[in-house]
Parts: sequence; structure tokens; C-alpha cells
Amino acid sequence: MSKKQIKLIVNGKEEIIEVNPYESLLKVLREYLGLTGAKRGCDYGGCGVCTVVVNGKAVYSCMYPAIKAEGKEITTVEGLYKNGKLHPVQKAFIDANTVQCGYSIPGAIMSAYALLLNNPNPSDEDIKEAFSGNLCRCSAGYYWPEAIKLAIKYMKQRES
Amino acid sequence: MIPRNFIYFSPSSEKEALELLNEYKSDARILAGGMSLIPLMKMRLVSPSYLIDINKVESLSYIKEEKNRLRIGALTRYYEIEKSSTLKKLLPIMNEAATWVGDPQVRNMGTIGGSLSHADPSGDFGSVILALNGQIITSSLNGQRTIKADDFFVDSFTTALNANEMLKEIVIDLPEGMNGGAYVKLERKAGDFAIVAVAAQLSIDSKGNCNYAGIGLTSVGPTNLKAKKAESFLLGKQLNERTIDETAEIAASEARPIDDPLRGSAEYKRAMVKVLTKRALNLALKRARGV
Repeated sequence: MSKKQIKLIVNGKEEIIEVNPYESLLKVLREYLGLTGAKRGCDYGGCGVCTVVVNGKAVYSCMYPAIKAEGKEITTVEGLYKNGKLHPVQKAFIDANTVQCGYSIPGAIMSAYALLLNNPNPSDEDIKEAFSGNLCRCSAGYYWPEAIKLAIKYMKQRES
Repeated sequence: MIPRNFIYFSPSSEKEALELLNEYKSDARILAGGMSLIPLMKMRLVSPSYLIDINKVESLSYIKEEKNRLRIGALTRYYEIEKSSTLKKLLPIMNEAATWVGDPQVRNMGTIGGSLSHADPSGDFGSVILALNGQIITSSLNGQRTIKADDFFVDSFTTALNANEMLKEIVIDLPEGMNGGAYVKLERKAGDFAIVAVAAQLSIDSKGNCNYAGIGLTSVGPTNLKAKKAESFLLGKQLNERTIDETAEIAASEARPIDDPLRGSAEYKRAMVKVLTKRALNLALKRARGV
């Protein structure tokens, strides 16, 4: 087979791995690097549970050939937790009671994180749109927009 | 779901990409955003032996105003179209249509060239480019070709591209005078393919007569359709409730929808073509008048 060595920067750490061209970034994260935050759901870019951030943009890692991520900076939900502290977005998701079964949460948190990275003051419409690629089959997804607003508040508090 | 194995190339120039495409022709596929190709490969509906990833060819990504034309590079991503201030100023129908494509994750990756080459009759941008009378510029080692959008879409998932050619850019003549456009879409849920969608672009003269009408239909035929009879009916006419209603009626008669268990019967879709064409024309007219 035609394995190729690639370098990824995952949560700030350089990782050198060998991949087959057909292997997705999701598989590499979960099975080669042990980062099981990003989940496998539909596997076709329809459910959003595999969402990670690549070079500042939310993407479906199931639809992203790992080989294409060569040299790119990848952030997963594990990368948000730093120095023993939750990221404001993570804390807000907990405090806004957004979690029921939890399966969709790592993906939803990464969509929220990417939204605030690119648009620190989103409108209600922007917030709704940011989650349009993330499904939640429990009722708790209803509170995600509230979590964004709370996260913005926490981020402002952290700055002041 | 895992694609069949393939050999992966990641050329850094357009020339290099074209050389690979010329060598492997229909055994190869161009990978742009991958939002259509990757699922097809996972479902093994498409199993190319060679994948030519053009994402490093940054010279294919641009939105440029040039004299009375707009040029959009094939690798331009939907989020760039959505946010583009050049388009907001010159062709806001493009920004509007981009907001309707998939979801943020899809728009962050998906490209206009990839979508047009994929030629899904449910694709949003085929209709927009048809309504704008756009031209597709292709490139191969033999040089470039210019293909009218209307000739580019041959059948479902089939374009006029030869096996050694790739879509290089989209060229649109900029509308003159009072003009406006709209893309309206009916969908089951956020980010879904359209049940029906309509792109409309209008120009009007000082007397309120129509001097440009472009209408593109999504999801109601084997390709994105240009409602040519409806367009020529409206040309030169006053835009009012009656003429817009008649135009919408003609557009509905030009649609070729089929029954589908997910998104409704042919009859329903045809009725929706009329409704959405009316909405799109009214919105385009409002925007052309600047009200």
C-alpha cells in the first residue's frame, strides 16, 4: 500500500504519522492519536459530531482526507482545555445545561469555538447558522445558542 | 465507509495539475473542497485510481473585478463568496446564494468550481450562474476553452469538460444600470438540498422596462435549468404583478421535475417553481429599484 508520512499540528503539538490516502482526519485523530473527542456519526458530513477546527475554520473531519491536512493546525475539543482550566466555551456549554446524552457536544463546542474565533459578536441569526451543521437528537441542543451568549460573557470577564 | 485506495497527488501549480490530469484522464479526479467527491468515494459510487488535490494551487482562488466583468477562480470557497465585499457591491445574488449552501462546515471547504464540475441538478450555484449568463473557462494542456453556462451542464452529474480538462474560472458580465437579483430556496431543513430553488437576476431601464432577465431553476430537472422562455417573455416588458405572474407560470412549464419520495411530487415541485419564481422576481425587482 501507499502509506505516506505526514506532519500535523494537533492542539499545538507536532505529530508525525503514516497514513493511507483514503484515511480520514477523523480516523487519524481517534485511532492513531487517541483523541476521541471528535465522534463518528453519519460519516458523510451530515451530522456534525466529527467537527474539528482546521486553520481556524470548522470542518467535518470525516470528510477531510488526513493526507490533505499536512502541515495544518488542527484543534479538537481536547485542545480547548488548557492548564487545568476549561475554555469559556466549554464552561458555558456546561452552565447552560446543553448536555443530555453528550454525543454531539464535542462537535457543537468546536462549531461554537470556530464561530467566536471568526466573529466575536455574532447576531442571533449568526448563532443559529453556526449550528446548522450540528445535529442534536436530545432536547438539550435547544440551549446551544444560550451557551454562546454565556461564553461571550465569560470571555469578556476573562479579559477584564 | 472507507473509499477504495488511490494514489494521491498534491500539485503546487496549475500546470502540474493539468499534466497529471492529462496523463491519467478519466482514471483521475480533481479534489477541491471534497464536499461532494469524498461522500461519493466513501459510498464507492466513484473510485478514482488517482486523486489530484488542487488545494495547494492558490492561484485558482480569487474574486476579481475586471472592467465590466467579474472573474471567480474555481477554488474560491463558499465562505469567501458569502463574505466577499466585491460581490456584495457588484453581484449580491452570489452572497445570498452562498448562505444557502449546506452549513458552515460545508461552506468552509466547498468550492464554486467543484460544485459546478460536480453538476448536481440540486446544486445551488449552477442556477445562479445560468441566471447571470456566466461563462465557464476550462483549462488543459491544449489551452483554454470558454463554455457558456447553458452549454456546460450536459446531464445530471455530466458536464462539457473533457477528461483532460478542469474548470479554471467563472466569468460574469456585470449587470448595468438598475439591477438586482435574488436566490430563494425551499428546503426541508437547514443545509439540505433544495426541494426547489430559483435564482433571478433583473435589470430595468428608467421607464421600468425589463432589459435583462435571468432565471435559473434548481432541483427540477436533469440539470440546473435556464428558464429561457420565461426570460425572453419578460424582456422589454414592464415589470408588474401581471407580467411577473405570467413569467412565473412560464418558468413552471419549463421545469422538468420528477416525483421523489423525500422532497415531494413532480406536481408539487412544479407549483413551487411558480411560487418561488414570483418571490425571486419580486425580490430582485425591489432590489433593482433600491427600495
